[in-house]
Amino acid sequence: MRLKTFVGGVHPPDNKHRTAALPIEDMAVPTQVVIHMSQHIGAPSKPVVAVGDEVKVGQLIAEATGFVSNPQHASISGKVTKIDRFLHPTGSMSQAIQITSDGKDEWLEFADDADYMNLSAEQMKERVKAAGICGMGGAGFPSFVKLSPPADKPIDTVILNGVECEPYLTSDHRLMLEKGEDIIQGLKLIMKMVGAQRGMIGIEANKPDAIDVMTKLCAKESALSVVPLQLRYPQGAEKQLIYAATKRKVPNAGGLPAAVGVIVQNVGTAYAIYEAIRYQKPLIERIITVTGSVVKQPKNLRVRIGTPFQELVDACDGLNQEPGKYICGGPMMGFAIPSLEASVGKGSSGLVILDKKEAADIEERDCLRCARCIDVCPMNIMPSLIVSYMKVGDLDNAVKMGLNDCIKCGSCAYVCPAHIRLVQWIDTGKLAWAEAQRKNKDA
Amino acid sequence: MKDKVLVSPAPHIHDATNIPNVMWNVVLALVPALIASVYYWGFRALFLSLLGAITAVCTEALIQYLRKVPIRVSDGSAFLTGLLLAFNLNVNAPWWMPVVGAAFAITIGKQVFGGLGNNPVNPALLGRAFLLASWPTLMTGGWEATRFGSVNGISNLSLISDQLQTIAPKAHALVTSATPLNIAHTLRDTSFVNTFTQSPALNTDIANKIFISLTDGSTLQNLFWGNVAGCIGEVSVFALLLGAAWLLWKNIIEWRIPLFYLGTVAVLTFIFGGIPGSGTSFSLPIFHLFSGGLILGAFFMATDYTTTPLTKKGRIIFGIGCGVLTVVIRMVGGYPEGVSYSILLMNVFTPLIDMVTMPKAFGKVKK
Repeated sequence: MRLKTFVGGVHPPDNKHRTAALPIEDMAVPTQVVIHMSQHIGAPSKPVVAVGDEVKVGQLIAEATGFVSNPQHASISGKVTKIDRFLHPTGSMSQAIQITSDGKDEWLEFADDADYMNLSAEQMKERVKAAGICGMGGAGFPSFVKLSPPADKPIDTVILNGVECEPYLTSDHRLMLEKGEDIIQGLKLIMKMVGAQRGMIGIEANKPDAIDVMTKLCAKESALSVVPLQLRYPQGAEKQLIYAATKRKVPNAGGLPAAVGVIVQNVGTAYAIYEAIRYQKPLIERIITVTGSVVKQPKNLRVRIGTPFQELVDACDGLNQEPGKYICGGPMMGFAIPSLEASVGKGSSGLVILDKKEAADIEERDCLRCARCIDVCPMNIMPSLIVSYMKVGDLDNAVKMGLNDCIKCGSCAYVCPAHIRLVQWIDTGKLAWAEAQRKNKDA
Repeated sequence: MKDKVLVSPAPHIHDATNIPNVMWNVVLALVPALIASVYYWGFRALFLSLLGAITAVCTEALIQYLRKVPIRVSDGSAFLTGLLLAFNLNVNAPWWMPVVGAAFAITIGKQVFGGLGNNPVNPALLGRAFLLASWPTLMTGGWEATRFGSVNGISNLSLISDQLQTIAPKAHALVTSATPLNIAHTLRDTSFVNTFTQSPALNTDIANKIFISLTDGSTLQNLFWGNVAGCIGEVSVFALLLGAAWLLWKNIIEWRIPLFYLGTVAVLTFIFGGIPGSGTSFSLPIFHLFSGGLILGAFFMATDYTTTPLTKKGRIIFGIGCGVLTVVIRMVGGYPEGVSYSILLMNVFTPLIDMVTMPKAFGKVKK
C-alpha cells in the first residue's frame, strides 16, 4: 500500500541510528537549573519567588501573565539563587530563574486521581493550564489554549504527532515505545477536552516498531487509529500532517487547524497532558535526544527542565572531537546556540552536536533559478522569488510570492545549490512585514 | 563563550548539491557526445571543443577580475558554456570561431548581466546566433563527412545515386553535399525540385525517392549512432541520450522540458513532417527527433536553469513552445534547423511564463 504523505519535501539522511534503539535513561538530578520565563509562544511568565527562597520539585515559581501564557515550576528542590538574564535554548538572552539544588530532590506530593477520565473538560483544562504544558515538539504553543478552540469551530479529529521527521531525533520514538499506553490515555483525554470523535496517531514509516506498538494499543478502541506516513521531511509539520492524515487543507494566511476541525498535539505533549490530569504533575521534565557525530555516547535522556546542556553532554561521556555547531532541536529547524551554557527548555527535543566539517559555512551565491526550492516547498510557494524581492526591498511582491505562508521547514535551503539562506531571508522578511503592518496601523 | 562554534540560522544540514557539482556533472554528461565526435571526425573535434571551453573560462576570469568580484571559474559554468558553444560548430570551422564565439557568449551573453544566474537567454546559444549572423557560410556549409564518408546519413544511396547523376545532377549534388535536415528542407521547396528535370512527374518521383531513403530504417540508424555530418556536439543521438540519462538520474535536469519539447516535435512532425506528396509515417517523427541539434538542445540547452521557467506548469509550456517553434522553423522557415532559435525565443518568454503560472499556496482560500 502507498503510504500517506504530502506534496513536496526532501529526504535528508535521518541519522537516527545512533539513538533509535537506546532506552530512555533517567539523568541524575542536576546541581543547578535555569528555568526560563519564556518557554512558550505568548507572554513570558512572571516570577513569584525571590532570590533566597527554598523550593520543592513541582512548586510554582512563575505565573502566567495573560491568556496565551504559561506558568513555570521548580524542577529540582533547593534555593533560588539568581533571577537574571540567561542564554535561552533559542540562542538569545532572556529572563530566567536559577535554582541551586539542595541535593535532596524533595517533591511536592502528587495525588493519583484514579477517576481522572471522568473529570469534566473544564477541570481537565484547568489541570493542563496549571501544569504549564506547552507544545513539546518545538513550537511551544500553550496547550490549554490549543485545547480551547473557538466555539464556532467544532473539532472532530485529534491527531497526535509522532512523526518526528527531524533527522537525528528519537525522543518521541522512544517515548512511544516505552510509554505508549500513557500516550493513548493522553490522546483520549485530549479528545474529551475538545469533544472530538476521532483520534489518530501519525508515525513516519522509519519507526515500524512504534507503529506496531501504537497499532496494538489502538486495536481495542474503534475511535483510534495509527496513520503510517511516508518517510519525507517535513511530514511532521502541522499542516502537512493534517493533510496526509485527513486530506484536509488548513487555510493559508494564518488559518488554524481548528478551521478544518482538527487539533494536533505532539506525542510528548499528550504524555505530559496525561500526567498533568492524572497526577496533577507539572511539566518539569522531558525526553531529549543528545546526539551527533562528535558525541561519545549518544543517548535519549529524561532530564529536568532547566538542566544546562553542558551537563547533558557530560552525561554522554563528553565529546570525541572539537565541535562545529551546537543545535538545540533538530538540524532542519533547530537553533544554533553559541555555547552549552544554555539550558533545556520545554520545547527542547534534542541537542545535536555537529563536527567542524558538517558545520562548514558555505558562501551564498546568486540564485541559479534552478527551481529546486520551488519543487520541494511543501507550502507550494516561491522561495527563490521571495528572496529576489527581499534583496531589492520589495516586500509587497515578496508577500505575493508567499512570504507569510512559509512554515520555515528549511527544505528550500536544504536543497539550494547556491547555498542561499532562504529561511533566513524569509524570516527577515516576515519580521519586516509585521513591523510595516504595525506601523500602518499606528499611522 | 569560549567555544568556537558556528551560530547560523536553520537548516543546519544541506544535501550534497552545489554549483560546481551541477556544472561539472553536465560537462561529464557531454563527454560521451565528445567521444562520439572524435570517433567520427578525429581529434579536431576535441581541439575545437577545448578551445571553446578554455576561451570561455579565460574570458570569465578576466571579466570577474575587471569587475573586482571573486574569480569563480572553477565552478564549471563558463567551461560548460564554452563547450556547448563549440558543440554548435562545424568540425571544419576555423580555430578562431570557438574563440570568438565563446568570448562573445561569456561577455555579452552572461557577464554584462551580472554573471551566473542573471543572464536572460542561454549564453551558448546567443554565441551561436552571433556566429551564424556574422559568418553564415562558415556556420551552415562545408560539412565534413564522417570517417565512413557519410554526409547525409543515407546508407542505401547507391540505389538512387547512379541514376541521379545522369538524369538530375542538381538532385545528386544536393544529396551528396547536404545534411539530412538540409536535404529535407530543400525537397520541400517545389520550385527547386522542379528544376531537377524537364518532367514535373519525374521530379516529384525523384524527390520522393530521395525522401524515402532519407527516412528509411538504415538511415535512421546512422542518425542514431552519429554517422552523419553536422555540428560537433549533435552528431550522436545515442551518446547524447547516455548523458541525458545520467543527468535525469542525478536529478540535475528535470524531465518536463525535454519530454514536452520532444513530444511536441514528434506529434507535429508526424502530421506535417513530410515533403509535398510523401504522406505520413512513423519514421517522420523519428527522422526529425534524431537529426540536427534537437536532442542536444532539448536535454542540454532547453534545461538551462537560469533561462527557463521556475514553475512545473511553466516548464511544460516552455517545452511545448520550443517544440512548436522548432517545427515551424524547420517546415516553413528559411532555415533547415530551428532548435537554437526556438530555445532563444522561449528564453525571452520565460519571465512571462513564470508570471502566468504562479502556483497557488497550499491551503490558499478563494477570496
